[in-house]
Amino acid sequence: MEKDPNAILLGEDILDPYGGAFKVTKGLSTKFPQRVFTTPISEASIAGLTVGMALRGMRPIAEFMFGDFITLAADQIVNHAAKYMGMYGDQMKLPMVLRTPVGGGRGYGPTHSQSLEKMFLGLPMFHILAPSHFVHPGEILVQAISGSYPTLFLENKLLYPEVLKLEQHSGVINRTVHFDEHNYPVVVLSNFPDKRKADIAIVAYGGISRLLGPVLNQLAQEEIWITACLPVSLSPLPIKHIQATTEGIKKILVIEEASPAFGWGSEVSAALYDAHAGQLDGPILRIGAANSVIPASKPLEEKVIVSEEKILSAVFEVMAW
Amino acid sequence: MLTLVNSPSPDQQNMARDLTEVFYRQMYTIRKVEQNLLDLFAQGYITGTVHTSMGQEACDVGVVNSLDRSKDIIFSNHRAHGQFLAYCDDVEGLIGEIMGKETGVCLGIGGSQHIHRENMYTNGVQGGIVPNAVGAALAEKIKGTGAITVVFLGDGTMGEGVVYESFNIASLWSLPVLFLLIDNGIAQSTPKHLEHAGELETRAMTFAIDSASIEADDVNKVYSTACEVVNKVREHSRPFFLHVKAARLGPHSKGDDTRSKEEIESLKQKDPLLKISESLPVGLRMEIEQKIDVRIQTAVEKAMLASHPGLEQLRRV
Repeated sequence: MEKDPNAILLGEDILDPYGGAFKVTKGLSTKFPQRVFTTPISEASIAGLTVGMALRGMRPIAEFMFGDFITLAADQIVNHAAKYMGMYGDQMKLPMVLRTPVGGGRGYGPTHSQSLEKMFLGLPMFHILAPSHFVHPGEILVQAISGSYPTLFLENKLLYPEVLKLEQHSGVINRTVHFDEHNYPVVVLSNFPDKRKADIAIVAYGGISRLLGPVLNQLAQEEIWITACLPVSLSPLPIKHIQATTEGIKKILVIEEASPAFGWGSEVSAALYDAHAGQLDGPILRIGAANSVIPASKPLEEKVIVSEEKILSAVFEVMAW
Repeated sequence: MLTLVNSPSPDQQNMARDLTEVFYRQMYTIRKVEQNLLDLFAQGYITGTVHTSMGQEACDVGVVNSLDRSKDIIFSNHRAHGQFLAYCDDVEGLIGEIMGKETGVCLGIGGSQHIHRENMYTNGVQGGIVPNAVGAALAEKIKGTGAITVVFLGDGTMGEGVVYESFNIASLWSLPVLFLLIDNGIAQSTPKHLEHAGELETRAMTFAIDSASIEADDVNKVYSTACEVVNKVREHSRPFFLHVKAARLGPHSKGDDTRSKEEIESLKQKDPLLKISESLPVGLRMEIEQKIDVRIQTAVEKAMLASHPGLEQLRRV
């Protein structure tokens, strides 16, 4: 907001001293009082306003208090944001970002814990990004709002308190970064030092990154070698970069926070089957949340959403093939 | 509700006489283009749908001419051909577009309901353009351009919740946006009394938005009211809700009218084109009509010969 006077922020309860339900916008309304707008509880219009502002050359960023509320803006996303760039036969840019916290693990219950991105994946002219703590989310947000496309920017709630892990080597974990066609990072992690091929490739995104650090550490102790690929861009899918990472690895595990049916992991798996036909040891295993509501009861919620234990047991299942 | 008194000064009266000819050209162009589009549809040269503005020309022309075309912004809906022609007079671009040809204003990709040129944008889903218009008004206010935004609504659109969210925000933030409701009393095939409780005229007033209601049978009247309203919106940077009672002379789209012949005949008594034509000398009128007929015919012939857009003209991801 310092660099670009056209950057406008709007959302519910984002003004100081509250600074947003997750405090992401704290301080901004004090620093930029003319460019930070607290809105009524009107998600469809919040999204609609960002579209209108972007059409007129501004670079608006809207906060949705919970990712679950994005359904209220579905018409704006599908029939407005994603259409204006494509349906007028011109080269219009529509830089706007809808930021929102997603995911479970905090006991918020069925309508405040979901990861609903699958509803909008694959929509032409609409980007969906999910940073992890292995990239700098602020830099990616700036990149998105400085770009051309309407973008949904997913912030996993449990990543907020995490420390960024941007170093090349951290214990046994090595981190390298590639960049996709839109210049968004595709992070590749491995838990082994040399150039051998991993036993298993894991493909995941967003908040799953929080679980991967401990999982990769533990698996290194058991000499199970993992290469994990974490693209920031979920849609469009940087499938060439994912395929390059998984190439030559015989076993593949795809993890997402949402329930896996009809989801991101299905698309990734289909594309990887196409790329690696006949080269895999067994089927690609997909895991995610149970296909149920996300319960409020914390112990039950832990059984429903993806956990370190579930990832480990999936790894052992794949290793047994 | 504000009462907008139409009492033009002598200077304005002279100007209005000069404008009558301009307005007639625009209104006749709209009527003729729409009739041609319906014919082309019937002959199979147009697919999809065509929502014509026939009967609403006085509203389209009166309102659009009250704007500053160099900077003001228009958002409109599925029934926007009239406003588009009043805005930029691009007959070839519109006909080409609706015939799905690459000579269309949006290369034939958007079609009848998805048109954009300069500061005019249309979209085909009811209600969604309203917050877009409010966002555009906010952008222009922040930029300090002095531009206002007008968004055209239909009576059917008043069933969409997002319209009321937008009223609230536009008033709360004092944004220069004109909500222009063309109330033709029928949404597709459903009459207003089966869709709406209470009056539409007063819907924005509860949001502290100044409102007025007029008839759309006289283009000069619509124009002078619209000028007054547009000036207010610009000067005070406040929203305004203008309810314009109009007659939809044609079907909702193509040939799907379920109203009785008698009802349509009675609506034709209010035909704004008929009214304005009576105020022009016959000779002048014939001359204007002939030129426009030829122009439209030429545009149709050109569109017939034009190519359809190719896959390479579609943007991907």
